[in-house]
Amino acid sequence: MDTQQELQVQQKREVESKQEATIPARVFLPATDIFETDEALTVILEMPGVDKDKVDVKVENGVLQIEGWIDFSRYEGLQPVYTEYNIGNYARSFQLSSKIDQDRISAELRDGVMTLVLPKSERAKTRKISVS
Amino acid sequence: MISGFRDPFEALFAMQKALESRRASDWMGGRTAGMGSYPPINVFQRGDGFVAVIELPGIDKNDIEIEAKENTLRISGRKSINYDQAASVHRRERLSGVFDRTLSVPIQIDPDAINAEYRDGMLVLFIPPAESAKPRTIKITS
Repeated sequence: MDTQQELQVQQKREVESKQEATIPARVFLPATDIFETDEALTVILEMPGVDKDKVDVKVENGVLQIEGWIDFSRYEGLQPVYTEYNIGNYARSFQLSSKIDQDRISAELRDGVMTLVLPKSERAKTRKISVS
Repeated sequence: MISGFRDPFEALFAMQKALESRRASDWMGGRTAGMGSYPPINVFQRGDGFVAVIELPGIDKNDIEIEAKENTLRISGRKSINYDQAASVHRRERLSGVFDRTLSVPIQIDPDAINAEYRDGMLVLFIPPAESAKPRTIKITS
């Protein structure tokens, strides 16, 4: 991967849900990378400002749901004078295609980046089929 | 503008509204050539000093370099993302690369007094005003 490339600003995308929230606060979609190996599906989400105690990850009816809340008290007593981005909580959900072993999902949050490893259940693992 | 934090949602909403309305702020004037470049930055006032909040998720603390000189701040570094080659990629939204941004702030700052903190992917710079920029009370002697 070319790491010399100059980084560009990514505008935060807002969550568009079917229902409107009762509170007109903004919720953003974390930038996400997803890749799959034979063993597991790995989901990596960028949620700057979210502490590891302030995330909620669940799998329900084949849908992976991730929510993260920023620690708003860090902004206490601050008056904005110049701004380039908005702040808010994060939420995103994904429809999972493979069968996931829900008991073995692991999550790690470090430097605002959450790494979720969703191991495939034995049934869903790729099998090589030999042709006779 | 923001007082009391009893209701976290209300506080968040108020902050978001404040940030939104400040988008066209001319506080930096034409001074910052780096406007709109990476990383995005928010500047807040707290007391006499300023606090710059920069979102830099997933970067090693040692890969961030901060320099201060007179009234300019330079933030540079690299963000690298490495994945197993054997993996098949479903989605790639995170960006990697190098960044270098210089900010000229319209205040006198004391480069030695700036404190930086990196936590949960947020770089926070605490910028106190320079001693020379603080107002002085002038006594009338005669």
